[in-house]
Amino acid sequence: MLNKNPAWRYLVVIGMLLLTLLYALPNLYPEDPALNISASRGGTVTEQTRLQLQQTFSDAGIAAKSVELQDGKIIARFSNAEQQLQALDQAKNLLGRSYTSALSLMPATPAWLTAIGATPMKLGLDLRGGVHFLLAVDMQAAMDKQLNDMVSAFRSDLRQADIRYLSVKADLAQGQITLSFRQSEDLKQAATLLSKQDNQFVITESVEDLSLRVALTEQRQREIRNYALEQNITILRNRVNEIGVAESVVQRQGADRIVVQLPGVQDTAQAKEILSATATLEFRLVDTDSDLAAAVAGRLSANADLYHSADGRPVLLEKRVLLTGDHIIDAVSGYDEYSQPKVSIKLDTAGGNLMSDASKSAVGRRMATVFIEYKPGSELNADGTAVLVKQQEVINDATIQMRLGRDFDITGLNSPAEAQNLASLLRAGALIAPIQVIEERTIGPSLGKENIALGLAAIQWGLVAVVLFMLVYYKAFGLVANVALAANLVLIVGFLSMIPGATLTLPGMAGIVLTVGMAVDANVLIFERIREELAEGRSVQQAINLGYERAFATIADSNITTLLVALILFGVGTGPVKGFAITLAIGILTSIFTAVVGTRLLVNLFWGGRRLQSLPL
Amino acid sequence: MQLFKFTQPVNFMRIKWPALVLSVLLVFGSFASIFSKGINWGLDFTGGTVIEVGLYQPADLTAMRDTLAAAGYPDAVIQLFGSSKDVLIRIPLRPDLAQEKVGEAVLQALNYQQAVPVELRRVEFVGPSVGEELKQDGGMALLVALIGILLYVALRFEWRLSVGAVLSLAHDVILTVGLFSVLQLEFDLTVLAAILALIGYSINDTIVVFDRLRESFRKLRDATVDETINHAITTTLNRTVVTSLTTVLVLVVLFFLGGALINGFATALLFGIAVGTYSSVYVASAIAEVLGISREDMLPPPVAEQEGEHISTL
Repeated sequence: MLNKNPAWRYLVVIGMLLLTLLYALPNLYPEDPALNISASRGGTVTEQTRLQLQQTFSDAGIAAKSVELQDGKIIARFSNAEQQLQALDQAKNLLGRSYTSALSLMPATPAWLTAIGATPMKLGLDLRGGVHFLLAVDMQAAMDKQLNDMVSAFRSDLRQADIRYLSVKADLAQGQITLSFRQSEDLKQAATLLSKQDNQFVITESVEDLSLRVALTEQRQREIRNYALEQNITILRNRVNEIGVAESVVQRQGADRIVVQLPGVQDTAQAKEILSATATLEFRLVDTDSDLAAAVAGRLSANADLYHSADGRPVLLEKRVLLTGDHIIDAVSGYDEYSQPKVSIKLDTAGGNLMSDASKSAVGRRMATVFIEYKPGSELNADGTAVLVKQQEVINDATIQMRLGRDFDITGLNSPAEAQNLASLLRAGALIAPIQVIEERTIGPSLGKENIALGLAAIQWGLVAVVLFMLVYYKAFGLVANVALAANLVLIVGFLSMIPGATLTLPGMAGIVLTVGMAVDANVLIFERIREELAEGRSVQQAINLGYERAFATIADSNITTLLVALILFGVGTGPVKGFAITLAIGILTSIFTAVVGTRLLVNLFWGGRRLQSLPL
Repeated sequence: MQLFKFTQPVNFMRIKWPALVLSVLLVFGSFASIFSKGINWGLDFTGGTVIEVGLYQPADLTAMRDTLAAAGYPDAVIQLFGSSKDVLIRIPLRPDLAQEKVGEAVLQALNYQQAVPVELRRVEFVGPSVGEELKQDGGMALLVALIGILLYVALRFEWRLSVGAVLSLAHDVILTVGLFSVLQLEFDLTVLAAILALIGYSINDTIVVFDRLRESFRKLRDATVDETINHAITTTLNRTVVTSLTTVLVLVVLFFLGGALINGFATALLFGIAVGTYSSVYVASAIAEVLGISREDMLPPPVAEQEGEHISTL
């Protein structure tokens, strides 16, 4: 019999719709003003902390909706923003500097929905307010530094191998190093020596003027660029965590760009200065001769400086700096032979020599690592910018077990987490490539709310207009198309909530509105075709069947080309354009599904398999 | 209800030459405007700083202009944005300015003048390199999209139709950019997105006509090429107009309710769809005809038949 569908097909489509509806549901729940509390460097958040906080809140008369410990963070929810701000003050008083408290909006998704992984759509900054930075890493500076390091490394390598040379010079513009010699034997020996080094270099010998030209291989250059970028990302992540922004994004974009998004942050000036602050490291010996108690009391001996460690313990260090952080090439965390956490440090050649000289006479003494950061303080410069304040902190001290060289380990760490943290700080100390803000967008919270309201209103009224038009123009069939349109919207919202990387932006909302207008196109094509087939004198059932069949080829062709455009848009576009492309692509796919498969089921259900003289079309 | 009920095909192709001449003239006109008046590039493309502030009373733009000139920004462009209490300030890129500080400096200067502090709604700073890249990326996206469509249509249909489709798309894009140039409307990132979406929409229209054209060529064995094209366009006219209508409906809603940020997007698409509907009727098919499409070129394409069979099991 023509135009009948088996029951399972209805079940599949209804099942799929219900499933998507389930995942679209979290968007209906509002967000709770919340407080995210996490421990800064080295500390941990425990059940104890949670109980303390809960007690403090209730003592201060703040009715928290819930105070929960989740993945090493405490999340406290409140019913309004006023309580949230009061709670922030209380939390800061109670916990002090070693914890970061951040204001955030947490989705109030019920537990049973969270349990199946259903979360609301992520909103772009244009809809929720906040700051977006695009930072460019100065790759030229990274390369220049690398070349300069190589010059000193070459010099010491040649000296160690007793090869006499005239000069070793870096040519930064050409990206190469020129070594010149007096004798051709020296040149040969040097070439052999250098070519042993892990295939890092492209070496050109020139016998006439007795010189070697050394450039980095493509691969090595790529490594350096990647390294500079990854390192900057690590540093920025640490700093963003320090600002204490919930749901922040620090992400690589392209070859030399980093995107930083801080939802909800209003003070861009401060955020920017924290992000672009420079950090360095110093290694110094612990001064055991001077009197620590006297130093704390203010009587500092002439050859020592007083420092504090992250947990506030005072430490006396010698004035002499053994080594600075810019000699660190790499620092990775791992485990030693006793399965204890450790950090392995790799120095450049010059740093290796310095360390070797310095540690020779200091075996058995303690060496401290000092982390130095320049952060904006409360005082202002003449031009209105904040004066950068030097902040120093001992992040680690350890006993020197033997004479150290280019590679050495720091052991005696408390936990793998501490090792990881130390490694990233050590890497952060040697910031090899400076960064620059090349794009900044700040959206106030009220504008974000307005944008959501405008987008929703446009979707609503657009939908009303199209639904009315379809009803008037296609009568009962129009109703079927409208049901499909509603299902289509549910599918779009459901998919946008399910896809992890998808973010709803204002242009994305415009894309949804556009989809509402264009989604009915498939139904228009089918219905017009059915009318034509009827006009040519076919029976009702034949007309329905042929209408769907013949229109489908057209629908497929036209939508594949549009999908092609959406994919290109996604590939080439950035930020908001990408968001628009995602909604457009999802809209095309879901509209084909609802308008072709969905309406066919409904049409067959109402009018299929029966002897009819005419259709309400 | 049905918009058009034709018993005979309408002779669209009778005015194909005047239509083509009109299109060529419009394209030249657009180019003339783009090259003489230029395009009013938005911040996304030029770089610079845009600051949107909300005031608690209707804005006194002259006073604000004086304040900013005194604060060292005589080249600031100040205008109302959406309402009388909403002000948009643009500061162009200047080599002597630390651009990333401009936002805060302007806000400070304004707060000094206003009794009640202004509310910061939005600050956007775009560096010079970013804008240049965006132009290149946008142009690239357009080009890649057109080439992709050219290949796909040539593969699924025929090269003459493919050329017709791509030329009609280029026509729509050029005219829309031309409109933005003539009226000096701001061309920002959302307008670029609209133009790319327009390509997607306009090709949709064109493909529907082509699909029917292929069918008509096979069905009407004795008809001339003109008659066949007329038949294809006439039979799809209802669909073309109805879909354009529903899309225009939502765009009108977007234009009036979408807010100032989305205005350019809606304008570009509204105009583009009007032009696109016309071009998929006239430009695309007429070019294919001028290039000498004939019944023989369209005959053995068994792909569509197979697909039709396959789909009937749905």
